[in-house]
Amino acid sequence: MGGMAPYDSVFSIIGPIMVGPSSSHTAGAARLGGLARALLGGTPVEAELDLHGSFAETGAGHGTDRALVAGLLGFSSGDDRLKDAFEHAREAGIVWKFGTVNLGPDVHPCSVRFVLRAADGEALEMVGSSLGGGAVRITSIQGYDVDISGDYPTLVTVHEDRPGLVQEVSALLSRYAVNIAFMRVARHHRGAHAFMTLEADHDLPPELVTATRAIPGMVSARALPRLA
Amino acid sequence: MNKTYRFDTMADLVALAEAEDISLGEVALRHEVALGQLDRDEVLAAMRTRWATMKQSMEVGLAAPQKTMGGLSHGAGQMMAGHRPVLSDAIAAGVMARALAVNECSAAMRRIVAAPTAGSSGILPASLWGAQQRLGCEDEAVVMALLAAAALGMVMANRATISGAQGGCMAEVGVSAAMAAGAMAEMAGAPPDVAVHAMALALKNTLGLVCDPIGGYVEVPCIKRNAIFAIHATTAAEMALAGIRSFVPADQVIAAMKEIGDAMPKKLKETSQGGLATTLIGLEVMARRPRVDHVQG
Repeated sequence: MGGMAPYDSVFSIIGPIMVGPSSSHTAGAARLGGLARALLGGTPVEAELDLHGSFAETGAGHGTDRALVAGLLGFSSGDDRLKDAFEHAREAGIVWKFGTVNLGPDVHPCSVRFVLRAADGEALEMVGSSLGGGAVRITSIQGYDVDISGDYPTLVTVHEDRPGLVQEVSALLSRYAVNIAFMRVARHHRGAHAFMTLEADHDLPPELVTATRAIPGMVSARALPRLA
Repeated sequence: MNKTYRFDTMADLVALAEAEDISLGEVALRHEVALGQLDRDEVLAAMRTRWATMKQSMEVGLAAPQKTMGGLSHGAGQMMAGHRPVLSDAIAAGVMARALAVNECSAAMRRIVAAPTAGSSGILPASLWGAQQRLGCEDEAVVMALLAAAALGMVMANRATISGAQGGCMAEVGVSAAMAAGAMAEMAGAPPDVAVHAMALALKNTLGLVCDPIGGYVEVPCIKRNAIFAIHATTAAEMALAGIRSFVPADQVIAAMKEIGDAMPKKLKETSQGGLATTLIGLEVMARRPRVDHVQG
């Protein structure tokens, strides 16, 4: 989120209303799972969750594992079903596996890497961190560095790196009267696919997302809702 | 007029309040409205919902002993509530009981309000309950106190941290007690600068507090620590109301907290690799805890 203080709302301090025991290890974990679910576009059939740092060390005692899976199921951090997330995941047909990983010394101690696959074959690799008090950040999607807080409705696109495309997306947003709060474009190298994240002040209408997908050269476009 | 009511430091926050002769809670309220997502009534309603949830978790925790995930604490809130105080009074004992009750609820995966975190979620509701009993004020005054607490917490979160994994327990229980101290002082009629002194006195005396939970559970020492630091918050607020000032300005206390948190060894920052977690009894609990990398489904 471009240069804004991560704790800008009173409800980031008094809140979230959540199921315990830990805002960083439980509520934040559920939110990260929810963001991964939204990026994948639905419930995964396969999920590999690799825990880093304090998540790996104390995650089980904090219910981090259950909370991450609850998020993948679309449960919010205040949902009483979080406690029984494994049972619900089995019923939903998710096959999951936990591991530990060292993502490096500069990565926040409460971090996780999701490797997900959906029934339609869609695959997602996402890294996210839980900053404390329930606040989260997505730091990487499909290997691209990003900085997404979930505090704003966010549009995530992968597209051909051609002149004019970014302007076409921004023209679409303006047509739907959606104001852009923060925007970030990245690519691995010249000529490769580019990756854009766009945080908006208003909710993103489904028609806007469909229209974005129809732009020539667009590989994929996904909308992340504002986190509850 | 400052239309955004933006504050990065405690000095900014006090200046904003003093410039318009408003409370810290009112500055927080106007700041939230200026973010543009909710209007004034919606912000107040959302905070009222949080106070209602806090009251609910106090009641749930007092009504029955909660089964915590690690099983390391059982019915401490109830035990305290059933005890006739010998060395303090009924309200102080009620504060301790409620802080224990909420944190036991949290450890049992029951619903609570993070304030600022779940591990420290008992301090603010219990403290404000106590202040409400003593001052005889309405819930609306508590809602404004929650907003004041949020303003103080935002500065600490943005200038230092509210993550035990980054700054140890002073970032959670310390910040929570500091929020409660400032909020209670304001509830009792203290002007903004005095409320900020209460906050500074509370935070200053938690500096260095490590996060070394046994077995990785948010239970020992977390649950009992909530009761003890709720009383710590009351002490800080009472001292500020008596005219006692923090020698170190609040913003400098927060800077010290950041420095201490960065210097704190990783084994004492929510990794359960040192301190109480690696005492003999801590290691016994650790040996029988579940490990995430063995969980599969």
